[in-house]
Amino acid sequence: MSDPSTASIVSTPGAHPTDSAAPATAGQPQSNEKPRGLLADAWRDLRRKPLFWISATLIVLFLLMAAFPALFAPGGDPETGALSRSLNKPSAEGWFGYDVQGRDVYARVIYGARASIQVAVLSVLGTLLIGGTMGIISGYRGGWVDALLSRIADVFFGLPFVLGAIVILTTFNGSGSGNSKNKIMGLVTASLIVLSWPVVMRLMRSSVLSTKEADYIVAARALGAGTGRIILKHLLPNCLAPLLVYGTIMVGSFIGAEATLSFLGVGLKSPVVSWGIMISDGQQFVRVAPGLVFFPAAFLVTAVLSFVMLGEAVREALDPKLR
Amino acid sequence: MGRYLLRRLLQLVPVFIGTTFLIYWLVWAVPGDPFAGKCGERRCPDQYIAFMTEKYHLDQNVFVQYFTYMKNLLQGDFGQTFSQREISDIILTSYPNTLKLAVVALAIEAVIGLGAGVLTGLRRNGFLDNLVLVSTLFLIALPVFVVGFVLQWLLGVQWGIIKPTVSSEMRWSELIVPGFVLGSASVAYIARVARTSIAENRRADYVRTAIAKGLPMRRVVGVHLLRNSLIPVVTLLGTDLGALMGGAIVTEGIFSINGIGRQVFRAIITKESATVVGIVVVLVLVYLLMNLLVDLLYAALDPRIRYE
Amino acid sequence: MSDILVSEQSASGPGGSGRPSGRLLEVDDLRVEFRTRDGVAKVINGVTYHVDAGETLAVLGESGSGKSVTAQTIMGILDTPPGFVTGGQVRFHGKDMLRMSDEERRRIRGEGIAMIFQDALSALNPVFTVGFQIAEQFRVRRGMGRAEAKKRAIDMLDQVKIPNAKGRFNNYPHQFSGGMRQRAMIAMSLALDPEVLIADEPTTALDVTVQAQIMDLLAELQRERQMGMILITHDLGVVADVADRIAVMYAGRIVEEADVYDLYAKPAHPYTMGLIESIPRLDEKGQQLRTIKGLPPNLMNIPPGCPFNPRCPMAQPVCRETIPPLLQVGNARASACHFAEELVNRV
Repeated sequence: MSDPSTASIVSTPGAHPTDSAAPATAGQPQSNEKPRGLLADAWRDLRRKPLFWISATLIVLFLLMAAFPALFAPGGDPETGALSRSLNKPSAEGWFGYDVQGRDVYARVIYGARASIQVAVLSVLGTLLIGGTMGIISGYRGGWVDALLSRIADVFFGLPFVLGAIVILTTFNGSGSGNSKNKIMGLVTASLIVLSWPVVMRLMRSSVLSTKEADYIVAARALGAGTGRIILKHLLPNCLAPLLVYGTIMVGSFIGAEATLSFLGVGLKSPVVSWGIMISDGQQFVRVAPGLVFFPAAFLVTAVLSFVMLGEAVREALDPKLR
Repeated sequence: MGRYLLRRLLQLVPVFIGTTFLIYWLVWAVPGDPFAGKCGERRCPDQYIAFMTEKYHLDQNVFVQYFTYMKNLLQGDFGQTFSQREISDIILTSYPNTLKLAVVALAIEAVIGLGAGVLTGLRRNGFLDNLVLVSTLFLIALPVFVVGFVLQWLLGVQWGIIKPTVSSEMRWSELIVPGFVLGSASVAYIARVARTSIAENRRADYVRTAIAKGLPMRRVVGVHLLRNSLIPVVTLLGTDLGALMGGAIVTEGIFSINGIGRQVFRAIITKESATVVGIVVVLVLVYLLMNLLVDLLYAALDPRIRYE
Repeated sequence: MSDILVSEQSASGPGGSGRPSGRLLEVDDLRVEFRTRDGVAKVINGVTYHVDAGETLAVLGESGSGKSVTAQTIMGILDTPPGFVTGGQVRFHGKDMLRMSDEERRRIRGEGIAMIFQDALSALNPVFTVGFQIAEQFRVRRGMGRAEAKKRAIDMLDQVKIPNAKGRFNNYPHQFSGGMRQRAMIAMSLALDPEVLIADEPTTALDVTVQAQIMDLLAELQRERQMGMILITHDLGVVADVADRIAVMYAGRIVEEADVYDLYAKPAHPYTMGLIESIPRLDEKGQQLRTIKGLPPNLMNIPPGCPFNPRCPMAQPVCRETIPPLLQVGNARASACHFAEELVNRV
């Protein structure tokens, strides 16, 4: 339907879903022949995609795993091991084998989901909140506020991601390993947010800029709607779709980032159980027990993939150009 | 054009100062005692403390410290490590290695990414298209350390096709696999951007015109379509070169390449604050200048854009 | 739907006066459909027309009537998918182009048949200079060297009356004004001296004053070079001075074909009548403009019978049942209306 000549032939005027017609007017009954909004259209498209269902199912599984690990590994203990089982191969007892300390790898992989996903989801929420707010302010206000916020964003954007995270973590995570589990996780989350918010801000800013001058926003302003109302009722719903997509993909990449930092030895540390730590610990035994690296890596990759895939599927569904 | 360039350069200054100050503050000022843990397990020798305090004005506030440091730096003085090695030496020996790795990565991105993107953009929804879509998804999703580790293990350890680590001679052939690892995510992005760009432009009116002129398909695609579709790809490649040089920490670590990333990682872990700041300054500068270059390149590629 | 009658018509159709195969370009019972996710749209349903050297055929119709798609099919630039040719022939010098090899067809483009597009800004490649895009043809198709190609390209720019052609050779399309851009487009299409020129709404994107200049230029060049020209337009006013014959299209069919004079004086199809009546006229100033009521049919669901019947003021029961074939009425003209005779013979 992207071809202009067909579009003019096969459709009656007004039947095309447009960006502005979707969320903003979704509440009002429309007298068009096909009262479909962009979101409804996207959902219709999404329902038919196996990729969407696969990734959504996997994500639900991972979230359940993070919330109720005991459900998946009943009786499994991720932290205490028996040295007698050290580096045992997979068996009926321990499906994925045992690590060098004799801990059950299967239980550890299951319990590892929690730390990884918790950090990733919290970081994404923080990033969206901070970046989104900054972006809206910057885009809506414009002028010197925009210039200032944009330069600040540039400062953080100029830092290479891994490098910045390592510096932040080593600085605040100090020499002592006596930091509590929650503090380390908080630090990792904070450093991910600090280094990622500029991306979301730019996304939001350009999104606001492009919708700000749209006719229906100008109309709302002319009708006397206040700034807060315009942002909440008109701007936000229209900018939400790209934010949602980006957020979903970001969960995936943050799971990967957390694992990278743990792998480098500056992120989460034992006794916290996470996929990155397991891969890092297991790599020296990769010749004798490849499973120690393989299983956490497989879970890590699957988790990252499902979030990225879901984001991609939603984006494709939301983009009318790709239909 | 000249005025635009000047304005952009002036805009770079606060960003450059902001970023480098941030790092300076993090490594020197935040930990409280700037010498904590800097000399290994022992306390630093008094002589060294006195020397460093003098040199970096550590008895004054962080702003004075920073600007004194910058003043020295602008005169080419990066300072010394606590073992009295010139930091500029470290940078000069390791930076070319990183550059070499980044160039290999970029070449791989350009060849594989662009090739896959163009082929799939021209023929959408075929077998190749789906294959590329799935494999780029994997490359985007896989953390670099996983890709690096798996390739090193499979190709280097299991199958013995490559040496697991790169020798100090840094032969080009040794850099192919590390280069691919470093550029793995970017290969995927390039392929996708190229694919979308080609697919969009393929239906453009001017392509239709070129066909109507009776030009051979080779020329329609190779000259008219490609020239337009390349604009976003080239700019992405340019931005990436700046980013690659800062992002090589993991790759260099896995393949034992003596590059800037490995040096900065070692410096961070061993609390070599002066080295960390020195390297970051260089990395940020390169990154910012590359981005500026990309902007200018954009104007050169698309005659419709004129900077005033 | 069996309207094969139209193709049988073509031999004895309008203008078919004793030159059986000497035709320059013939479109014969062409059928094209667009297969989209929402269904199949029958965009062209048996179109037949022809053009000879030195004459101008105007193809008139609303947007969506299939006039541009016909032209794209002739040029071989139809987007496939969604567009598919499902029947008919396009003969150039008597040879069916739809059955030619890609290479054979390519050679005809530019040299045999050339095309001018509606929006020169998007039809010219934005990242190459206008001069390059013209000279390119001399270099690729004629194997000329750089200097000679440039000389010829400047000569072409001169012929379409672009002032300071030499200086503008190195300008990009966006640096030209709309009218100059369309002139450059014309220069480009005429570079290889084509026998047939298809002009697809060449003046639609332009200001009214510039429109006349471009039409004059086209007419002049057509006369000088004795080309066959197919002028596609939705604007009756444009065609009157330039065209020799007019073919009116509606819903993917030719509904009427006639000499310009006959068509204006006495349209033989209610649709043509509607079109002519909807031109604003000075002598009827103050009166309400007459328009054709309703919209063109949805091509995925064309009504049975005459496709125009829901909008036709003269519609009778027969119109809702039988598709009227394109039949000769009177001298050298044809109409696809059940009541064509009455219309022509009215006083």
